Amino acid sequence: MSGASANAPLGRERALDLLRQMLRIRQFEERCAKLYTELKIRGFLHLYNGQEAVAVGVMRALEAGDAVIATYREHGHALMRGVPMNALMAEMFGKRTGSSGGRGGSMHVFDVKRRFYGGNAIVGGGLPVAVGLALAEKLAKRAGLAACFFGEGAVAEGEFHESLNLATLWRLPVLFVCENNLYAMGTALARSEAVTDIRARAATYGAQAVQVDGMDVIAVEAAARAAVAAVRSGGGPWLLECRTYRLRAHSMFDAQLYRDKAEVEQWRERGPLITFTTRCKAAGLITEDDFQRLQKEADAEVDAAVAFAGSSDWEPVDELERSVYAEVQP
Amino acid sequence: MPSLGADMVAGTLVEWRIKPGASVRHGDVVALIDTEKGIIDIESFEDGIVEKLVVQPGTRVPVGATLAFFQGEPSAPQAAGPMQAAGPPTPAPPTAAPPAAARGGKRISPAARAKARELGVDVQGIEGTGPQGAVTLSDVERAAAGVRAAAPAAKDRSGMRNAIAASMSRSKREIPHYYLQLAVDLRAALDWLETFNASRPVPERLLTAVLFNKAAARAAAERPGFNGYFGPRGFEPASSVHLGVAIALRGGGLVAPAILNAEQKPLPVLMRELQDLVTRVRAGHMRGSEIASATITVTSLGDEGVDIVYPIIHPPQVAIIGFGSVVERPWAVDGRIEARPIVNVTLAADHRVTDGRVGAQFLARIRDLLMQPADL
Amino acid sequence: MTPADATPLVTYREALREGLRDALRADPRVFLMGEDVGRYGGCYAVTKSLLGEFGEERIRDTPLSESAFVGAGIGAALGGLRPIVEIMTVNFSLLALDQIVNNAATLCHMSGGQCPVPLVIRMATGAGRQLAAQHSHSFEGWYAHIPGLRIVAPATLEDARGMLGAALRCPDPVLIFEHIGLLNMQGELTAANTPVDMDHAAVRRPGRDITLLTYGGSLYKSLEAATQLAADGVEVEVVDLRTLRPLDDALIMDSVRRTHRALIVDEGWRSGGLSAELGTRIVEQAFYELDAPIARVCTAEVPIPYPKHLEDAALPSVERIVAAARTLVSRES
Repeated sequence: MSGASANAPLGRERALDLLRQMLRIRQFEERCAKLYTELKIRGFLHLYNGQEAVAVGVMRALEAGDAVIATYREHGHALMRGVPMNALMAEMFGKRTGSSGGRGGSMHVFDVKRRFYGGNAIVGGGLPVAVGLALAEKLAKRAGLAACFFGEGAVAEGEFHESLNLATLWRLPVLFVCENNLYAMGTALARSEAVTDIRARAATYGAQAVQVDGMDVIAVEAAARAAVAAVRSGGGPWLLECRTYRLRAHSMFDAQLYRDKAEVEQWRERGPLITFTTRCKAAGLITEDDFQRLQKEADAEVDAAVAFAGSSDWEPVDELERSVYAEVQP
Repeated sequence: MPSLGADMVAGTLVEWRIKPGASVRHGDVVALIDTEKGIIDIESFEDGIVEKLVVQPGTRVPVGATLAFFQGEPSAPQAAGPMQAAGPPTPAPPTAAPPAAARGGKRISPAARAKARELGVDVQGIEGTGPQGAVTLSDVERAAAGVRAAAPAAKDRSGMRNAIAASMSRSKREIPHYYLQLAVDLRAALDWLETFNASRPVPERLLTAVLFNKAAARAAAERPGFNGYFGPRGFEPASSVHLGVAIALRGGGLVAPAILNAEQKPLPVLMRELQDLVTRVRAGHMRGSEIASATITVTSLGDEGVDIVYPIIHPPQVAIIGFGSVVERPWAVDGRIEARPIVNVTLAADHRVTDGRVGAQFLARIRDLLMQPADL
Repeated sequence: MTPADATPLVTYREALREGLRDALRADPRVFLMGEDVGRYGGCYAVTKSLLGEFGEERIRDTPLSESAFVGAGIGAALGGLRPIVEIMTVNFSLLALDQIVNNAATLCHMSGGQCPVPLVIRMATGAGRQLAAQHSHSFEGWYAHIPGLRIVAPATLEDARGMLGAALRCPDPVLIFEHIGLLNMQGELTAANTPVDMDHAAVRRPGRDITLLTYGGSLYKSLEAATQLAADGVEVEVVDLRTLRPLDDALIMDSVRRTHRALIVDEGWRSGGLSAELGTRIVEQAFYELDAPIARVCTAEVPIPYPKHLEDAALPSVERIVAAARTLVSRES
């Protein structure tokens, strides 16, 4: 996923690639919303609409040897990491062909072969794990880093502060990616944080931190490449504050009493797909036909994933107690 | 009505944002619904034309109920309604583990032990009916009722009277008795007995009582509903016939210890056991297993000269068979009147378990067995 | 009964809300804080409208800082207020375990009695909504392990409304567990708010043959099982424990002395859980009354899985309760 340098001019090929990747996420999430209302997906469902540019931009800067850890809003990250859409949809359905064997569901997508460590339902819970993954890279003298995605709500959790402190203290290769979508479930950032400048907060721990427009996939990728290069050079952790917005509710069962519909509409106009498509069309890089074609391809892939998930088997009940411990003991 | 949450069961339609005939695109808000969390916009996931609105505003409907019908693109006509989720496999019912083999040593519940100590009952001799064959409180209480009734005449006469009174009162209170009587021609049986006894020394000779007991035991083994116990969970048939034999004590009182597995024992064995039983009862030496475990009882008052016995069932049994005296009586045979040795066999049975028709068949079987004595 | 006299149907959720309203109105020292209790209206809509009625000083939205806001609750209690801390669910309470166990539970003892902590913590608990392993815990038994804490589990509407008041009157830290499966349960609740105690268990269904001990979300499965068993002539006495620390030994043993058989239904795991504690107490105090081994129905020893059929197989169910009861009264095991 690495390749063209961040400063190379945007060409048609890369534009189509970026658009394809964002559309895959968007169409997947839209279909999940529908499937949830039809009781095919159960439990909690947290959708990524509006934030696609962050997962796409950052993950393009990572290598296969890097470790990734995310939140319960991780479908986009999983897809970008290469988790097959079939396995991802099967996981949403709870089928045994899912990426976690159906055992985790929407909030617990894992793919360890691809170094994707979930999928975590506790806000802030993943940050200490990311620090540990980075420590392993350093002690084993490997070149990888740990990328940790979290929302701005996690900044309120003690784990954020403990993790920033330790990673900086030990100069560990962690890329902390804060997806600041302005609301932690129903609580606006200003009501939760005395200092809402998250980049500055991280800086108080001595970590390097930058802020970027999370709606601009080009800007995100550029910032990410710069941060990744710096982290890999051994200078300690970086925090990337990506300012973005969640176009859908926190989860499916949310009346959104805490924010105005007008605000949501304003952000929709500034959403990553609309802004990127408009910009690329204006630059003559892509056409409306390209957009339609890519959207149809994404839909077709989602259709196939839904069919796969629908026809996959359930895990038999007599396997209930498997996987509580490692099946192969050292 | 879409499912929006893990614990959403229903929603109230507040307002439609569409009308029949309107064209709807994927993502359009089509309705507002009220839920515990507040009012939520419902969007369409399909493009289509609204055909019919089914639910009126103000109505509360469960998740999955149809709200409206759309007509979609020709390739995908849609009802904005529920999809049947294919269910996961229903788990197979857990198979009951086979009962654990007793690891030597009887299982006796703590409460049963305490009760046995209190009542002076030998707990080792009791057959348990609790989980994994454990001896339970009610097993001990049942045994104690039998033991009290068998107390030596000299010692606790009033205790035995009380025990009999309690048991018989309970029987009359709880058991709906029905009574049937059948007269049986014993000519064939007595002839057979005479022949059998003629070729044997006195100690090995059989009494008519033994024929009665064997016939009763076999009939009880063959016909369901007369051999077993009636408990809190209804009738539980016993696997063998432990035939209670009512034995009167000199000086008053009655016990009915059991001959175990009576239906299987040959007549000479039965005879020996019966004699042994009578001797020991009158001497006051009973075993706990004999006291507690009768599954059906026979009472024979022929020696006293009564024609018909109307017996009372010994709870928790469900039947008792009575034999009166064997008396020569006029009997019709092939159109002529002859004198035949006739005995009246009576059955008192628990109407919760059996009814008259089955009882009649049971008595008839006893008669048939007595008329074929060589097969007994 | 005229329509005017009819008692309206309320939900468990609404009863909880009524209890909160009563508490907030009755004592100006009482305030509520937790995540999304104000503007969001509560994760499970329990506190909806309270912000409007009582204002931001007394209904406080907190950051996602369980450790910090539980610790603040302890400090406010020591300073003379009567805080109600809502931890969104028991699953997130693990983040505040240090505050709960090392401060709230021990300050009174460590100070020689000078520092009782009159703090109330309310938490949603339990499984059954396919929320997977990290969102489905039942830790009532864990918390009931700790001296210094009081643990209660309201299962009825009356208790949902009334136990909060009892908890606020108690000078010790009280943890109130509200099972998510009960939130939509509807029933009648009298208008008069008669106080409830938090010191005793309650017999919800008298019976002759088996003592069934349970609490919280498992109460109604147990009552359903008892109904089914009654059809076969097995009469189960269903005891709602209500208080899990301390346990109401007197009522429990009185029941076991009458029935001679005990069955425990607990949504926690069996290993070292509340069911183990209850079983051992019965053996300690009523050994010679027992006519059968003690049985228990608990959640299977797995982290709760996501697919419905596996989750249902893991949790206590009416079927498993009925089957366990039958082993106590029959020959087979």
